[in-house]
Amino acid sequence: MRFLTKAIVSIFIVLAFILSYPILTPASKSSLAFAEEVKKDASASSVKEEKAKDKPAYPPAPKLKETDYPKIKGFNGRIVIWLAAQLHLWFAAFVLAVPIFVLIIEGIGMATHDERYDKMAYEFIKISITAYSITAVFGGLLAISLMVFYPDFMKYMTGIFGSSMLAYAFLFFAESASLYIYYYGWNWLNCGFKKWVHLTIGLVLNAVGTTLMFLANAWVTFMMSPGGVDAQGVFQGNSWAAVHNFLWNPINLHRTIANIAYGGSVVGAYAAYRFLSAQTKEEKAHYDWMGYTANFIAIAALLPLPFAGYWLTAEIYAYSQQMGITLMGGVFAWLFIIQAVLIGALFLSANYYLWCGMGRSEGAVRYNKYIKYIAFVIIACFLVWFTPHTLVMTQTELKALGGPYHKYLGPLGIMPAKNTAVNIMILFTFLSFLLYRRANKIATVSWAKYGNIAQIAIFTGAIINIVFLGVYYGYYTNTALKVGSSVPQVASTLFVIILCMIIDVFMFKGAKDVAPLKWGNVPDRSQYALFLLAVSFTWLMGLMGYIRSGIRQHWHVYTIMRDNSPDAYTPTIGYAAQIVSIAVIIFMAIVIFIFWLNQISSKKH
Amino acid sequence: MKISRLLLAVILIGIFYGFFKIFFGVVLKQPIPSSLLTMYMFFVVVGILLVLSFTEEGARELMSPIKNLLENPEKKMMRMVVFVIVSVLAGYITYNQIKPSFEAPLELRTIHPAPPSNFSAFNKTYNLLTLENPFRKYAKEDPEKFKTLVYEGGEVYFKNCFYCHGDKLDGQGHYAQGFNPLPANFMDVGTIAQLQESYLFWRIATGGPGLPKEAAPWISSMPVWQNFITEEEIWKVILFLYDYTGYVPRSWEKH
Repeated sequence: MRFLTKAIVSIFIVLAFILSYPILTPASKSSLAFAEEVKKDASASSVKEEKAKDKPAYPPAPKLKETDYPKIKGFNGRIVIWLAAQLHLWFAAFVLAVPIFVLIIEGIGMATHDERYDKMAYEFIKISITAYSITAVFGGLLAISLMVFYPDFMKYMTGIFGSSMLAYAFLFFAESASLYIYYYGWNWLNCGFKKWVHLTIGLVLNAVGTTLMFLANAWVTFMMSPGGVDAQGVFQGNSWAAVHNFLWNPINLHRTIANIAYGGSVVGAYAAYRFLSAQTKEEKAHYDWMGYTANFIAIAALLPLPFAGYWLTAEIYAYSQQMGITLMGGVFAWLFIIQAVLIGALFLSANYYLWCGMGRSEGAVRYNKYIKYIAFVIIACFLVWFTPHTLVMTQTELKALGGPYHKYLGPLGIMPAKNTAVNIMILFTFLSFLLYRRANKIATVSWAKYGNIAQIAIFTGAIINIVFLGVYYGYYTNTALKVGSSVPQVASTLFVIILCMIIDVFMFKGAKDVAPLKWGNVPDRSQYALFLLAVSFTWLMGLMGYIRSGIRQHWHVYTIMRDNSPDAYTPTIGYAAQIVSIAVIIFMAIVIFIFWLNQISSKKH
Repeated sequence: MKISRLLLAVILIGIFYGFFKIFFGVVLKQPIPSSLLTMYMFFVVVGILLVLSFTEEGARELMSPIKNLLENPEKKMMRMVVFVIVSVLAGYITYNQIKPSFEAPLELRTIHPAPPSNFSAFNKTYNLLTLENPFRKYAKEDPEKFKTLVYEGGEVYFKNCFYCHGDKLDGQGHYAQGFNPLPANFMDVGTIAQLQESYLFWRIATGGPGLPKEAAPWISSMPVWQNFITEEEIWKVILFLYDYTGYVPRSWEKH
């Protein structure tokens, strides 16, 4: 039944694209056809050539009037599309991410011959397969809503991206096929050479899924930083230039990493749900382990995420000062404060989960005394992370302060301070992980003492370097250097993570266990931290997605095609936050439904 | 004597609150606005509770006085007293928050208006994406000439701008206190140090009335300087602003 639903939805979407393509793109041609036509024209008479030159092969971006936007009583087009796009994106992020780490976990299971990994990977993919059909449903709803409410915009976009949209539809078939074979063939392709075949199918599934996302990213980024068109929006015939626009790669990187973190957090929430409803010790132990693995995936992807985000933002600023200022200094600046708070909440809940998890091991007591210092640093960095540059003040406070800026806290409101804080926050989260990792172990190698000294020295050196770069380059040099200094800061952080991990792996090779690790021996509170992680991620993605889209302001395609619909205004922060929150509630309700479906599907009489 | 975890939490919260209030408000004479202090304290409280509850024993110890108060039949009187105190406190806080006041409402002010991609001034159209200070090149090509231009920019500043922006460029000019919001403080790391010269040119030339339609209403008393000084004078005064403050205008690597 489920397969049938998916098949119908897939066929429906492909048909919708195929049918709409010739209707919506009377002037569109493939780049090859365009080149051929130009060649032909060149060999024709000069008069004919002149005529051909005058007549554009592709139309300019249409100048729309309010009446060009169809209205359907009882529906607000923008909100329908907002919700459909957001829900599609959340589910898509989830279903694209899960196969990535499922493939890795399956590979680990294969290499270690530990069946538990294989079982867990299967359970992860099982959750995502239910979400897959919902992703398709929301994708279809989004495509149809766009055609209904913004037909001229879709016509223009299809004129440029028609070929990639068709490719998208066919790739969707390929993804469905590889996903179904990967999932339904799990037990069939589970031993010997067949396992390699299964892994290869998983690889194909990921390659196709990632390509799908990159294609959709091209359409989205074209709307922000149009490429392959002239100032009037006339397509120049080079599809690659339109796809490979200025912001395409930064978004590709940011979304790929964020998807993994997000997918990890959602399956972590599933594990927490199953842990809390578990009836037996074995079940608790299994879902505790599953939650730990999911949290590990989420954090591993979360750590480099701020760097990818920073690159994306820097590129937005580089592309357009207007979009850059609207984003972080202008009308959306306060949403960035909410973003900072939510990112801090992510770090705090991830750390709390690790600290609680130390209860699984008797050896962890040795390290409990350090947690308060780690927490102090993380909270201090967190406060810096969300301190705004422009403060909200009463008139009395304004007078007491003598101006709109705080003399000492104001400097914390700009990026050098934020970069410094987030790098240190990441390092201390990594420290929490290192302590957790070694909690139950005693190193037996002769050089353990020196290994520890080396790790402390690396940490200290990197922190000094990060603070120096942040303070000196951030406040005493020009902006090109300011932005540039974030790179060595990130390099310092990554250097610490990689080097300390290598030292740790060798130092604890063959280490003695203090006592058997007690999976399942964690407080319920830690599971709520996993829920918080998933909800924070979801909300964060919704708010940031709104900002990314909203910085175009009254443009469908930035500076090329103006949005003249009655909804072409920037809503207030409160209103936007309400819409996003409603979407979060709908998403979480569907996710809980999926969790429940998975729970009942594994019940036996 | 071992103090209970709950009391320890209360003491720690008090210490952090006191630090924020006394250190910033009394010692540094720069109090933290209540909106920010509330955010700080919320996460300080969360942090303290996380640290005190991450072990099973810790969480039990933290909660035991509350559990004891709620469940112990012998503490009925104490329970009633605490309930009354909590209710009165909640009522007092609520009353203080909603009571009528002459204070103007809080405002989420957008400090940096987003510039348009192009704008008109001096009967010309300028593209803000490509606009550059024509005199900036002399900093390298002809330092003497550059020095003269900066000096001339200083003259423009002290004839026109310093009344509001101050002789130290700190936004504390003679008329500053008459404005809300106060004139921009160019010495602050968050103003001209973060901006391109083209942005300053746009703001100076078109002033308050030239602010964008989006995110309105704007509050700015900045005059439309294209009506009073020349294009060259604007570029010169921009040279002076950066020279005096020591900041370098925002720039980007060539893509």
